[in-house]
Amino acid sequence: MIEIAAQDRLGDFTLDVRLSVPDAGVTALFGPSGSGKTSLLNMIGGLRSPASGRIVIGESVLFDSDRRIDVPPEKRRIGYIFQEGRLFPHLTVQRNLVYGLRRTPNSERYVEPDQVIALLGIEALLDRRPARLSGGEKQRVAIGRALLSSPQILLMDEPLAALDAARKAEILPFIERLHGEITIPIVYVSHAMDEVLRIADTVAVFREGRVEAVGPVEELASRLDLTGQAGFGEAGTVLAAHVVEHDEAHAVTALDTPAGRIMVGRLDAPVGAKTRLRLRARDIALALEAPRQASFLNVLEGTVATLEQRDTGAVDVAVEIVPGVRIWAEVTQLAVERLALSERKPVHVLIKSVAVERYVR
Amino acid sequence: MEPISADEWIAISLSLKVGVWSVIVSLPFGVFFAWLLARRDFLGKSLLNGVIHLPLVLPPVVVGYALLVLLGRKGLIGEPLYEWFGLSVAFKWEGAAIASAVMGFPLMVRAIRLSLDTVDRGLEDAARTLGASRLAVFATITLPLIMPGILTGIILSFARSLGEFGATITFVSNIPGETRTLPIALYNFTQIPGGDLQAFRLAVISVVLALAALLISEILTRRVQARLGQ
Repeated sequence: MIEIAAQDRLGDFTLDVRLSVPDAGVTALFGPSGSGKTSLLNMIGGLRSPASGRIVIGESVLFDSDRRIDVPPEKRRIGYIFQEGRLFPHLTVQRNLVYGLRRTPNSERYVEPDQVIALLGIEALLDRRPARLSGGEKQRVAIGRALLSSPQILLMDEPLAALDAARKAEILPFIERLHGEITIPIVYVSHAMDEVLRIADTVAVFREGRVEAVGPVEELASRLDLTGQAGFGEAGTVLAAHVVEHDEAHAVTALDTPAGRIMVGRLDAPVGAKTRLRLRARDIALALEAPRQASFLNVLEGTVATLEQRDTGAVDVAVEIVPGVRIWAEVTQLAVERLALSERKPVHVLIKSVAVERYVR
Repeated sequence: MEPISADEWIAISLSLKVGVWSVIVSLPFGVFFAWLLARRDFLGKSLLNGVIHLPLVLPPVVVGYALLVLLGRKGLIGEPLYEWFGLSVAFKWEGAAIASAVMGFPLMVRAIRLSLDTVDRGLEDAARTLGASRLAVFATITLPLIMPGILTGIILSFARSLGEFGATITFVSNIPGETRTLPIALYNFTQIPGGDLQAFRLAVISVVLALAALLISEILTRRVQARLGQ
């Protein structure tokens, strides 16, 4: 586990974080800028010391104010990927890459330059200096440099924030592949939910220096009480899914989810690929019986679990499909009355295929 | 007539020797104090900053006199140094080098400090996360990045040394072959009847030397900057 307790003050900003997340997979620190995500990352990395607290990764205690432990950054075995890359301008790409490697004892190395260079596709850049790289190339080299120091954890501070959409699309697959090939925990700071949905397993939602909620991405992303957060996205349900089959003739893809099979528009991912589906609550319709002649490709049966009226008058209806799996539907008060919706009433959930947001992982 | 006479050579080589040694001796201190002023906060920082910059605003004669009081044979430091170790820089070219170093020091510190201020601290943090100790970070990241500032500091302090007159003549006097550097030799010729031509020749030599120093620094700075990818 990664166990963090950190308290600190900077001016009138107070950071008070308690966090315990698995030391495997990708943990996203999500929240608006100024909510303390980067400060916490710097504390894990040893670039900033909290006033008090304790930071433990697996077996290694990196910081403990009670026991006066504060391991210097160079001894923490962390790979830190900064928002701006921070490549050394006076060194070639090659020498940037081996900067950390040269300082890592042989016994602690678990990757070789050739492997990382191939993974990141930077063979052609080795002799260049950072000034002659594009933003996306810089970020790939920065990732490679961090990896080659064979860290026990990777810290990524919005590695995509400085990039345009095209460059983001260029880098994201590398981070995902990395995750598949090298099994070290990654702590990933982000203020964009679509990034979190693509790469994270666990998410901690930050707000004004505190962790407001922490848990598996599907669970937290489906919580309506968090949707007020900037960048969180609209209220809805996030389901883990994997591709079952493609119907090329009709350009649709079938996916298995905990809520059952869901058809979406043709997805560019192989059979078996892990994805996440996001069903916006306002795109979901409810019906008392399955419509016989309608364009909805997805009709799931369930029972109403909860009904909550919003300030706006709309009603959030949670429909339990199987125990523990609920789908949110946002309907009007009028619809609730017409269907006489109440708790435990059986309903059909209607999902338009084209309205489903897909995040290939 | 010879292009450059033997006496002129003596003055030129003495000036160059004094200049080179003053730079060599002051450079490590210059880097250290520039780093101290740029990166550390401590009690008395303003005072230290003021003391380092004093030679820039004081009459050079005052600096020369202060050196005499401190390092002369009867000086506060000079006397025990001579009594115990038989060491003395008074009336020696080494003394001229020290006078030059002191006069050029504020220029050197300023140039290095300015370039330290432009170094992205984030790069130093990044290097530490990659396993480099503070000292290794300084040697492999900070030092190469401030190289343009160090070069500028070296040239400014060297050029200042070539032009040093007041502090030198006050501290180590005017001894041919030992402390009679170019400017002092020039001054000397202006004081003897019929020395006009020699004075003029030395003035031209001084200009050529100063220009050469500037030119070399320009070329070096460009090369370094190209290496830094700027």
